[in-house]
Amino acid sequence: MSKTILTIDDSASVRQMVALTLSAAGYSVIEAGDGAEGYAKATSRPVHAVLTDLNMPVMNGLDFIRKYRTHPSSTGVPIVFLTTESDEKMKGEARAAGATGWIVKPFKQDQLLAVIKKVVGS
Amino acid sequence: MTTPDPAETFRQEARELLELLEQALLDLDQTPQDRDLVDSAFRALHTLKGSGAMFGFDEVAEFVHEFETAFDQVRKGTARIGSGLVAIALEAKDHIAQLVAGRGVKADGEPILQTLRRIVAAGSTAQAATTPQGAPADTAASTAAAWKIRFWLPSDALAFGTKPLLLLDEFREMGPCRVTALAERVPPLDEIDVEAAYLGWEVVLETDKPREAIEDVFVFVRDGMELAIEPLATAAETPAAAVTVAAPAVRAAEDTPESQDGAGLRAKTEKPSGAGDKANSSLRVPAERLDELMDRVGELVIAQARLSQIAAASADSTLKTVAEEIERLASGLRDTTMGIRMVPIGTLFGRFRRLVHDLSSELGKEVEFATTGEETELDKTVIERLADPLVHIIRNAVDHGLESPQRRGAAGKSGRGRVRLAAIQTGAEVAITISDDGAGLDVERIRAKAEEAGLIPADAKLADQELYQLIFHPGLSTAKEITSVSGRGVGMDVVKRTIEALRGVIEVSSRPGEGTTVTLRLPLTLAIIDGMLVRVDGGRYTIPLSVVEECVELPRSEMAATQGRNFLNIRGALIPYLRLRELFGATGPADAHPKVVIVSAGEKRVGLVVDQIIGNNQTVIKSLSKLHADIGTFSGATILGDGTVALILDVNHLVAFGQQFENRLRTQQMGRAA
Repeated sequence: MSKTILTIDDSASVRQMVALTLSAAGYSVIEAGDGAEGYAKATSRPVHAVLTDLNMPVMNGLDFIRKYRTHPSSTGVPIVFLTTESDEKMKGEARAAGATGWIVKPFKQDQLLAVIKKVVGS
Repeated sequence: MTTPDPAETFRQEARELLELLEQALLDLDQTPQDRDLVDSAFRALHTLKGSGAMFGFDEVAEFVHEFETAFDQVRKGTARIGSGLVAIALEAKDHIAQLVAGRGVKADGEPILQTLRRIVAAGSTAQAATTPQGAPADTAASTAAAWKIRFWLPSDALAFGTKPLLLLDEFREMGPCRVTALAERVPPLDEIDVEAAYLGWEVVLETDKPREAIEDVFVFVRDGMELAIEPLATAAETPAAAVTVAAPAVRAAEDTPESQDGAGLRAKTEKPSGAGDKANSSLRVPAERLDELMDRVGELVIAQARLSQIAAASADSTLKTVAEEIERLASGLRDTTMGIRMVPIGTLFGRFRRLVHDLSSELGKEVEFATTGEETELDKTVIERLADPLVHIIRNAVDHGLESPQRRGAAGKSGRGRVRLAAIQTGAEVAITISDDGAGLDVERIRAKAEEAGLIPADAKLADQELYQLIFHPGLSTAKEITSVSGRGVGMDVVKRTIEALRGVIEVSSRPGEGTTVTLRLPLTLAIIDGMLVRVDGGRYTIPLSVVEECVELPRSEMAATQGRNFLNIRGALIPYLRLRELFGATGPADAHPKVVIVSAGEKRVGLVVDQIIGNNQTVIKSLSKLHADIGTFSGATILGDGTVALILDVNHLVAFGQQFENRLRTQQMGRAA
């Protein structure tokens, strides 16, 4: 069974790029446009990893990570967040909130795949 | 499937974002202090930058990056928003729109940016555009080297989604490696937080990759973890060294089970020789001494249960070890002692030969009596108490069961009737069957008698099996004439009561013209059983483990229903269940997740709904006082490790009750339907 990755990003184009890249590599991808929608999707079905942007309307990525980590189904599920290289402080906060890893924006498809493979396996 | 062009999706999205940006900027012109608007504008820029770079809109990304950097001063509050800033920002936005649309004129952006920077200049020595990313790892010399890597992940790493096996896989991809788990930090079982990471790993890795590549494996967990990377002398030496290091550990690990095996083997080999000696010199011991021994063992098991309970509550691992050892010894001693009390049932069977012989001549019937399974062993007490019931049943078989030789001849049967007595051990119980090849039970006569005695209503619809049960009712005898042997209507009810007192079951089956079979199922022993301790409300109860088939959680859908038919679907079989809470009139709060213990009695199965399953224990059966002796639901009591009393559930009674309950419901429903 292919592993399910949830991608949370307010940018439809980023979501699309993530979805194309990951499904081409054999993952199945579900999408959410903000943290609140992401939380609802992450807790209503089994996901193997979550890829989330930090800067989003409604519920930002950090709040999503904090909220998701209080839900029992999140145990052991890797969360990868998207960040810009300058955001060292943000990186620390996200890690403390329960994130597993990060991808520096802008990123290329093979970087995305490398990180997902690192935290989820193929 | 048609996938849209990602570039077109980006353009579309960029247009929306730019609109958002424009709105935010215009609003800011009116309310410059609104932080939300600033954030919203900043977010739009941020997303534009990220997406632009990913979809090859490098110019957009570069320009937006500069725009964002300048605008960041506003966000941080070092620059103030004025109409000048809003104007130039709007101009910048238009420029981005052109770039996105692909109609942008090159170099157009710089003046806008300069103006923008000048305006926000307050605190801006604009940061260097980008900090160079970590130099790629392949700069180092590519000579194979060996490394010893020891690491412990942060304790929250597992819960937070880091998978150590994937990290180890990354090492495997880098070169041949040997992985050892380091378990020394794993705490005692009862202190373990199931989500925490305790294990460490030692990896001996041979790779041509540089040290940085090894560190890169831990890029996401580097903070908060323990990591030691040491180069090993040469690649050639490493595997050998690793082997010598690993070998003692392996040997130590193997040592324990091996020595235990060895001990077990020795014990096994000693046993037969010991048994051989004993076979030559058996010992006669007064039965009371055996009973006394059994009592002592019973007390020991209770004391041991207390010890186990204390040990379980304690952190002292030595105490735990001793308690476990005692538990094992006590259980062995129990089995041995019970083994001494076991007597082959053949000693009992011998008596019946004479009985059948005498009966057959008295009644003028020719009877062939056969026994099998004489070697089957039962507790001495059980065998003693079985004698009278068996006499009754065999008498019945010869007297009522077998027809007279004339009638047999008329029915085309041999004139010689047959009665078979058989014993066989199945699991923790012994089944004794007494079968004859007579006429079978006369259902109509039983019905007539029962109606006459007022036991059943005149037109009651009863299954044959239910009618057979009536023969155990006091005051019912179907013999047409009362003979001196049987037929006074006392007997079968006494038999039933005796068997039930032994925690056994009695069943009858019959085929007209072919004969009747009475089956007694008896537990192997009376004194000590393995029990399953359960909790219902505040009380604790023991269910004999030998009748427990399985335990399941009561499905949520079943929890609400308190009336009507209570059935569980266990792999396609419908099993009625009883809520012990209701049966015992429990008033306390129910457990959120009730469990169902599926028990069997003979061929029937019933589920018992309990609040909690506590665990298995050795149960020393104490009989209830005379005052309570007629309470059918309980067959006895036992003393738990903490000195409190747990009642032992009489499963046969409960199963019968469950079936009755179901029958009653069925009749009610049929009545309603009619």
